[in-house]
Amino acid sequence: MEKLLDFFNININFDVIPMEWYLVVSTMMFFVGIVGFIIRKNLLAVLISVELVLNAAELNFAVFNRYLYPGALEGMFFSLFGIAIAAAETAVAIAIIINVYRNMNNIDTDSVEQLKH
Amino acid sequence: MDFGNFLIMRQEVGLMLIFLIMLVLDIFASEKSCIRKYFQPVACILFLVHTVFGFLFPSEGTAFGGLYVTSSLTTWMKHILDLGVLFMFLQSGSWLHSTDALKRRAGEFYVISLATLLGMYIMVSAGNLMMLYIGIETASLPMAILAAYNKYQHKSAEAGAKYIMLTSFSSGIMLFGISFLYAAAGTLYYGDINLTDGNFFTITGLVFFLSGLGFKISLVPFHLWTADVYEGAPTSITAFLSVASKAAACFALIFALYQAFGSLVTAWKPVLWWLIVITITLGNIFALRQKDIKRFFAFSSISQAGYIMLGVISGTSQGMTAVVYYLLVYLFANMAAFGIISAVENKTGRTDFGVYNGLGKTSPVLAFVMMLAVFSLAGIPPLGGFFSKFFLFAAAAQQGEYLLVFIALLNTVISLYYYLLVVRAMYIRPAEENAEKVNADTYNKISLLVCTVALIAVGIASFIYTNIDALSFGIR
Repeated sequence: MEKLLDFFNININFDVIPMEWYLVVSTMMFFVGIVGFIIRKNLLAVLISVELVLNAAELNFAVFNRYLYPGALEGMFFSLFGIAIAAAETAVAIAIIINVYRNMNNIDTDSVEQLKH
Repeated sequence: MDFGNFLIMRQEVGLMLIFLIMLVLDIFASEKSCIRKYFQPVACILFLVHTVFGFLFPSEGTAFGGLYVTSSLTTWMKHILDLGVLFMFLQSGSWLHSTDALKRRAGEFYVISLATLLGMYIMVSAGNLMMLYIGIETASLPMAILAAYNKYQHKSAEAGAKYIMLTSFSSGIMLFGISFLYAAAGTLYYGDINLTDGNFFTITGLVFFLSGLGFKISLVPFHLWTADVYEGAPTSITAFLSVASKAAACFALIFALYQAFGSLVTAWKPVLWWLIVITITLGNIFALRQKDIKRFFAFSSISQAGYIMLGVISGTSQGMTAVVYYLLVYLFANMAAFGIISAVENKTGRTDFGVYNGLGKTSPVLAFVMMLAVFSLAGIPPLGGFFSKFFLFAAAAQQGEYLLVFIALLNTVISLYYYLLVVRAMYIRPAEENAEKVNADTYNKISLLVCTVALIAVGIASFIYTNIDALSFGIR
């Protein structure tokens, strides 16, 4: 690992990971979620993409709290509440997806298209 | 622990009590017991008591260290939401008794709607962005269940799926925006957020935040769910969605923009300006080509949302008054229209424009109420809709937004045309063969009567406007 980093001439102090690294991860999760929401054809995959977006935001809260405002815990609490709400959301969404399956016998987004124009 | 906090949020506590009573009733009433027949009157009476109680003993103050804020103004807003739920309860009776499957689950309906209302209360009373987010989710998750309430109907299942997916997606984006705002401000309390410079975090966060709430209000780039969900959901739920859900999101938006982001007014004003222009115009243009009356009212409600934002953009206390007053009048008009739509749907099972041909001959009273509602939505003078639109335009014009008001006025003329299409169908077009008289059930009749009286009275009774005006505030 160190040889590899030396080769690319990267200096990292592994004791303190810079905040931007976390932000790169969360931003990537966010955009992967958005792209997945648009292009995936299965309702469950769409749900997973939505969860990625939510988790990206929750990661952001934790990171901003830890690095920018370590004096208070507002961001950490927000991530905790966010996780709980995301769980509730998944429960409701899966119940509705099961209902869609009962009505249409599959959960493709293409079959959910009776209502348009 | 200080239990006095709960006394301050007594409206929410009262709502929770009704919620529990209905839940226990639903659990312990057996399949064939006679209590099942009386769910609707019990729910309506309990809810009426709650509303009157809240009206007589309004609470003021902050609780839980500023997370929860209540004042006379939020009490007014909550009463508007209360009225929406009350009318929904009154109008949903014959729909809930239409099939055996629905009859068995009648209790659930009241419980879930009350949970939605609790979320809306929290949205209105939020003093912190986290509370706002919790409120939005508490309101929108049960709303998705309500949209999918007709389990065995293809359309309803589809509406529920579309609503839950899009609502969680939009709240995910909003959450991402709030996290950026937190990074910029270092706090989530409305009163403490003091952002003045427009750096990357602030602007991105604000745009994402606006798009999340814009989804709930169905402003145009975020409106794509509206027509589909409105058409697929059961008619009483559509009425609730078009009135209470929109009203709660508007109140939450106006509080957040005035209190938390008042210092960023130069950043959000241009965004809102363009949103208003495309919302009103596209809503009107799409309403012109609709064949289904529920989709028609969906697009009409989109353009109405654009008008409401005229009050928000003004940034003054006059604008806030106009928004609250407009939503009050809009509630009566939309609820009257949807009461008739659900009566007609229960009779014929259809929601296309064809059923409304000749309604003026077969059932003149219903047609007359529909005409009043539609005229109020269009803004014809003696009705409340004219005054509420006038106040909105006046509030925007006072801040020098003449071009915006001019565009809105032009759109009012377009909207008059398509609202008159409904009136033409009812009074000029000949009735379809074997069209029968449509009768609303007793509860629905009560709701229609109240709405009709209110549509005429609210515009004339000036004390309502002055009362709200005394409580409103602008950007500090």
